[in-house]
Amino acid sequence: MPVISSGLDMVPADDVQPRSSSNLTRRILRRLGATLFVLWGTVTITFLVLSILPGDRATILLNIRSGQAIERTPEELAPINAAYGFDQPIAVQYIRYVSGLLHGDLGASYELQRPVLNIISEQIAPTFTLAIAALVLAWIFTIPWTLLTAGRGARLGAFGSAAETILAGLPQYWVGILLLIVFAIWLNWFPVIGGTGLVNTVLPTVTLAVPLAGFIGQSIRSEFDRAMREPFVLSARARGMSAAGVRARHVLRHALIPGITLSGWAIGHLLSGTVLVEAVFARPGLGAVLVNAVNTKDFALVSGILILNSFLYVLINFIVDLIYLVVDPRLRDKA
Amino acid sequence: MNAFAQAQVMSHDGMGASRLILEVRDLNVWFGQDGDSRRHVVKGVDLELYAGQCIALVGESGSGKSVTARSLIGLAGAGSRVEAANLTFEGETLLGRSDRWWRHVRGSKIGLILQDALVSLDPLRPVGKEIDEALWLHRWGDRASRREKILKILGQVGVPEPALRAKQRSGELSGGLRQRALIAAAIALHPNVVIADEPTTALDVTVQAQVLGVLKQMLARGTSIILISHDLAVVSKLADIIYVMRGGSIVEAGPRDRVLNRPRHRYTQQLIDAVPSEHTKGTRLSADGGVLRPGLFSQSRGRSSNNRVPLLDARNIVKTFRSPDGIRRTVVKGVSFTLARGETLGIVGESGSGKSTLARVALSLETPDSGEVRFEGRIWTGAVPAEQRQIRKRISVVYQDPLSSFDPRWRVSRILTDAITLANPSRAQDARQYAAALLEAVGLEPVHLDRWPLQMSGGQRQRVAIARAIATEPEIIILDEAVSALDVSVQAQILDLLTDLQAQLGISYLFISHDLGVIHHMSDRVLVMKDGKAVEQGTADQVFYHPKHAYTQSLLASLPRLEYAQLRMAASAR
Repeated sequence: MPVISSGLDMVPADDVQPRSSSNLTRRILRRLGATLFVLWGTVTITFLVLSILPGDRATILLNIRSGQAIERTPEELAPINAAYGFDQPIAVQYIRYVSGLLHGDLGASYELQRPVLNIISEQIAPTFTLAIAALVLAWIFTIPWTLLTAGRGARLGAFGSAAETILAGLPQYWVGILLLIVFAIWLNWFPVIGGTGLVNTVLPTVTLAVPLAGFIGQSIRSEFDRAMREPFVLSARARGMSAAGVRARHVLRHALIPGITLSGWAIGHLLSGTVLVEAVFARPGLGAVLVNAVNTKDFALVSGILILNSFLYVLINFIVDLIYLVVDPRLRDKA
Repeated sequence: MNAFAQAQVMSHDGMGASRLILEVRDLNVWFGQDGDSRRHVVKGVDLELYAGQCIALVGESGSGKSVTARSLIGLAGAGSRVEAANLTFEGETLLGRSDRWWRHVRGSKIGLILQDALVSLDPLRPVGKEIDEALWLHRWGDRASRREKILKILGQVGVPEPALRAKQRSGELSGGLRQRALIAAAIALHPNVVIADEPTTALDVTVQAQVLGVLKQMLARGTSIILISHDLAVVSKLADIIYVMRGGSIVEAGPRDRVLNRPRHRYTQQLIDAVPSEHTKGTRLSADGGVLRPGLFSQSRGRSSNNRVPLLDARNIVKTFRSPDGIRRTVVKGVSFTLARGETLGIVGESGSGKSTLARVALSLETPDSGEVRFEGRIWTGAVPAEQRQIRKRISVVYQDPLSSFDPRWRVSRILTDAITLANPSRAQDARQYAAALLEAVGLEPVHLDRWPLQMSGGQRQRVAIARAIATEPEIIILDEAVSALDVSVQAQILDLLTDLQAQLGISYLFISHDLGVIHHMSDRVLVMKDGKAVEQGTADQVFYHPKHAYTQSLLASLPRLEYAQLRMAASAR
């Protein structure tokens, strides 16, 4: 808001407290609306892709069940079409699909003949835990690293930045195998074979967190350097604050914003990108289920995972948006 | 409390009785590594500060005044080397002190106030928290007593409703309030010495007067102030002793009245002469000027046309914007003005008064919601685009920061030839020669053709901007705060240049500024804007000497002026 200075000590009308909080509510509602829209879009697109995909769904279903790949006669297909409602008009199928989703029904897996929701809920926990743990760990790496190396002279900054670039470029499978060899095989600190316990989660988490820390570090470093040059840094020093205090208490907060943006993206990436790490560490999770479902053309399961992933992604970005408002209260004023 | 009581006994005009608080002998500051890249920015500075006194360091950008002041709190900057024969504060040396020692002194014994609180206070935190930090860092009181103290200090610097304001961030406060909050954070622990580095720069004149009032009260309470400013008028309001700095050295020092009225150094005299005001009207502010070659401009310009029709005629302009939250704000509310050939119309007003929007409407860059603009009697607003472009060629604009209106990948030659050929394609062959002639006309040299704008000083860039503005042989130049970011001596040169160009080319100026002195110096007629309305219009002398509207009167009353009589009054009032 531009400040209208009347020369007197008047505060612009927009800054009065109640307005500000109604702005906030409006902003959250708008964001929620957008979130629902994105979810609806994902569901619809998934449905359309499924129903217009080349290859008859009933045929695929039969073939998956029997493990064959042959043409089916209309007599064979008719009961399947009736059971799954494939013979209904597309609009009816769509409405049935959406209302099913609203009741938590993601359909049944073609291959396993079980509700998709059950399959996902069995596997989601290890994947979700891994993704969140990796993100948290990446931040735990990044913040002290930034405080140690950013805004403290060109040489240290270049070193810190170079280290981040290298980390960000490391392939996950390579980091994973390296960690396995060093910590599981040589040092024998962690089990080689995967599981979902705490000890089994450490190495996969580090594997995912290391490159991510590089990315987040890069994104907050330039903002950190910029904030270091702001006059409020000098003001705080002149108040008697130590250089380290100013960096941790003032500058870091300014630098967090691009990192938070990146975290929202990273969560989506982690949820669908854990496959490799789960494979390297022989860890159960959604990744393996997804790969298998794609291989067998189990579209019900694929779309279920897709919708769930996008739901989590959108939800997390909604939370990220709320975190923005906490970190940068200036955004609250903007509608 | 002790220091307070003690300081109050002392007078701050006489030096005899007062205690010497700060003594600086032969202060030198270097930046950078040894060798060629090392810069000597403060050269042998001597200063003395007595209790309850205000000393001012005056100088232009790069004079070393800020670095001098910052080395007094051990914050000269990264990569600096500070040496002095003597640097004593309250009997203790400031040289070779540990970081821990400094942290104890900063904020509790010496405070620092910077320019523009919008960025000098952490924009993400409430101002109350910033003040709390000053107390907390020095382990002052507990949570509850600190809270009480914050409200008390805010009240002391004249912030109404301190409980509400303490919860707001600097961006939520008006310019005057946030500058007071910044002062409150710096003086929370009542430091004996406060360094105020351009504390009123970039503030509107009425707000500036309020902040000066707060500083004056601090002086009256016995705080000593080191005031750093480029603005002699501000300095004249507050300082007991003035130190004039140039190129890292002090060229002149002495009591305020003596320095301002009988300057001994030529540079001080130049600085004083360069300040535009009502007294300088019709005189030159600087020594040099450009050379305009005869015949540089074609004579076929629209001079012959009817002189009775004003060149630009704006009638009842109303312009409304919709802000992001959907609320419509009327920025210009029914303003009319005319601009005659060869005339300068000054538009003065504080930030947000709608002056720039009015100029954009005059340029037809914004379409007014109602009202019309005529150029030589022809309606311009709402004309067909082709015709608008024809007219727009005859109007140029110069903004405050030319850098942002230059393509950074273009050299000066391209900036100028681009404008030349756009206005007159037949000039394409000798565009470069013409560009060189334009540079000479604005006091630059042909060698500047191959420079990048980034390599040039602020004054040089503004000259290039003016050269580009006159390249199209315009009849009107809109100058939107065109000299506001320049040092006073550079500003003087640019103002002289503009005056010369007007005399030689008969260009009309629409001169927009918040600086009343500049407006009075330059304008034939003046339009005073407040909250989107033209509250007063008339000849410059009418408006400045016999203001009719209460707002104009309050503006003029808050304006710090450089006059002997005024100095006298201020001195006796204290």
